[in-house]
Amino acid sequence: MKNDSPKDRAVCDAFIRDFQNLEAQLNGQSSTPFHEKRVRAITTFAELGFPNMRQEKWKYTSIAPLLKEKFQLASAHKITEKALQPFLINGLEENRVVFVNGYFDKALSKYDMPPGVLIAGLDEAYHSHAALIDEHLGKYLQIDEQPFAALNTAFARDGILIHIPQNTVIEKPLHLLFISDVDERPFHSHPRNLIILEQGSQLSLVESHHTLSPDVYFNNFVTEIIVGPNAKLDHIKIQDESKAAYHFAATQAKVARDAVFNSTGIDLGGAILRNDINIEFTGENAEAQLLGFYYATGTQLMDNHTFIDHAVPHCNSNELFKGFLDDKSHGVFNGAVLVRPDAQKTNAFQQNQAILISKNATIDAKPELEIFADDVLCSHGATIGELQDDHLFYLRSRGIGEEMAKAMLHIAFANDIFERIKIDAVREKLEAEIIARFGG
Amino acid sequence: MISIKNLHTSVEETEILKGIDLEVKPGEVHAIMGPNGSGKSTLANVLAGREEYEVTAGSVEFNGRNLLEMPAEERAREGLFLAFQYPVEIPGVSNANFLKAALNAIRQHRGEEAFDAMDFLTMVKERLQLVEMDQKFLQRAVNVGFSGGEKKRNEIFQMAVLEPQLGILDETDSGLDIDALKIVANGVNKLRNPQRSFIIVTHYQRLLDYIVPDFVHVLADGRIIKSGGKELALYLEKNGYDDLLNGNGKAAV
Repeated sequence: MKNDSPKDRAVCDAFIRDFQNLEAQLNGQSSTPFHEKRVRAITTFAELGFPNMRQEKWKYTSIAPLLKEKFQLASAHKITEKALQPFLINGLEENRVVFVNGYFDKALSKYDMPPGVLIAGLDEAYHSHAALIDEHLGKYLQIDEQPFAALNTAFARDGILIHIPQNTVIEKPLHLLFISDVDERPFHSHPRNLIILEQGSQLSLVESHHTLSPDVYFNNFVTEIIVGPNAKLDHIKIQDESKAAYHFAATQAKVARDAVFNSTGIDLGGAILRNDINIEFTGENAEAQLLGFYYATGTQLMDNHTFIDHAVPHCNSNELFKGFLDDKSHGVFNGAVLVRPDAQKTNAFQQNQAILISKNATIDAKPELEIFADDVLCSHGATIGELQDDHLFYLRSRGIGEEMAKAMLHIAFANDIFERIKIDAVREKLEAEIIARFGG
Repeated sequence: MISIKNLHTSVEETEILKGIDLEVKPGEVHAIMGPNGSGKSTLANVLAGREEYEVTAGSVEFNGRNLLEMPAEERAREGLFLAFQYPVEIPGVSNANFLKAALNAIRQHRGEEAFDAMDFLTMVKERLQLVEMDQKFLQRAVNVGFSGGEKKRNEIFQMAVLEPQLGILDETDSGLDIDALKIVANGVNKLRNPQRSFIIVTHYQRLLDYIVPDFVHVLADGRIIKSGGKELALYLEKNGYDDLLNGNGKAAV
């Protein structure tokens, strides 16, 4: 174990004990390839331990508060249909898949899909579609240097499995809801999502995370995404966890030739949020748009780590992250872009903009562009600060009061991301949320 | 309307205005001319309430009230309007939302009812014609992607909607081609009336061919060194500022 603190060791051991309990429950599955992956992953996790701030990828993010908590492994849990209502999105009520504390809730889920389309809870689907899951699960995400992903793999049991066959276009967006509801003790949960779009298929996915109470819990997601040749995936993730919760989410997307992957992340909740979003282009002429918006208040820590791997020529990536940091909150943005030697004619753009609303808020931002090809168009930029004084003065000079002027400018800043969301009901819901927060 | 007495202003310890006296009565148009760096734009910005400028001495009364004590938004609500030399671009805020918020803040200040969306639209459509601008422009973000001429026309359009008592034009003519200049000047002329006053800050006499001032003042090194009628502008056009700065002007005009 790389981590040398005895206290952290004890925390790791508690998770390893939970793993042994899980193993005892899974007796029927102990010889499957899935379970072999779990066993390898817990060994990897035991070796890695939890990360600390001496490690490059964690140098701005202390997970000390997480390690102080005592969690037990989440078990299946029921909530009422009524409890779900506030989180539903207009027009998508009949197209929803619900997870509670990381477990697929069949009774609360409703959707109607064309033949051949597979949308299921991973645990249940392993009985009928083991070959598909074994082929893809864990193949794309490297856990060797990612302790949270290793932990997820060790505990991986349920999550969403989506398989869209060739040339199938799903017209209506699908809403995935992940609801957390703490019963007695804080839980740790490790949903594992696998999303496979075959050649020429198309899907729009809205993934949202909510809580029924402002409790402590620990959600640790891994999502593996395969966007096949000429396929298109729009993925919007809205994270509105409890302000006392821990939300870790690693996403690994492979984007094939002529494919399009649009990812939009909206982060509002969590005591500590960590997103690791990795996009790898595996075929030419593919395109990825990576948008992020976050709003941190109190002592929230919001950390976005992104990595875009231009491994092949003629691909375009466009990344824009915008955030508000209020009170004593802390933001981290680390945007890595790698353009490999063969990846000529790459276009890669990255922008990171943060507004510090409070003088006590902080942000650490680091772009990392590594470019090994010579015929490319790449840029990055970062603006961090308060609202621009000349914007504020311009509005005030027309009679608009300072508070209102600030609200208008804040809303405008967020709208830069929201206006790119093509699902009207989702955009309107987010706009209303931001207007309510700023009192515009 | 506005009464400026012995106004001294500094920016970062450097004194820029060194004692300005200026009296503008209702309905008058005053032009302030002067070479670059004379303090013309500083004067315009100080009056509008920009906070980087520190007033170190003097007073400004606006309709009998102490202007210098008011924050920028209150000055606007009391009827002062600055047409900016460099209007800023504000992504994400539409012209329509911006102007509606401004207009209703001013109306509320005057004790008038806020305009609803319909009243507002009817009114702005009519005012758009004043500066020959298309209605589509209302939905665009404030000044984003506008040409220099469009930005200046937008300033005059805003003035037409907000109906100030005193309009201050800070080098509105700079960088405009003759067609745009005529549109801007025409807009201002239509807004002239016996109650509304203007202070027109300009480097060039050309604008004053189209907006004929009642008075012309020459500002140099932070002081008004010469005041006169519109003929003073013509003299400056012909002889340049140097002549006046060297002390020859007094004899010539």
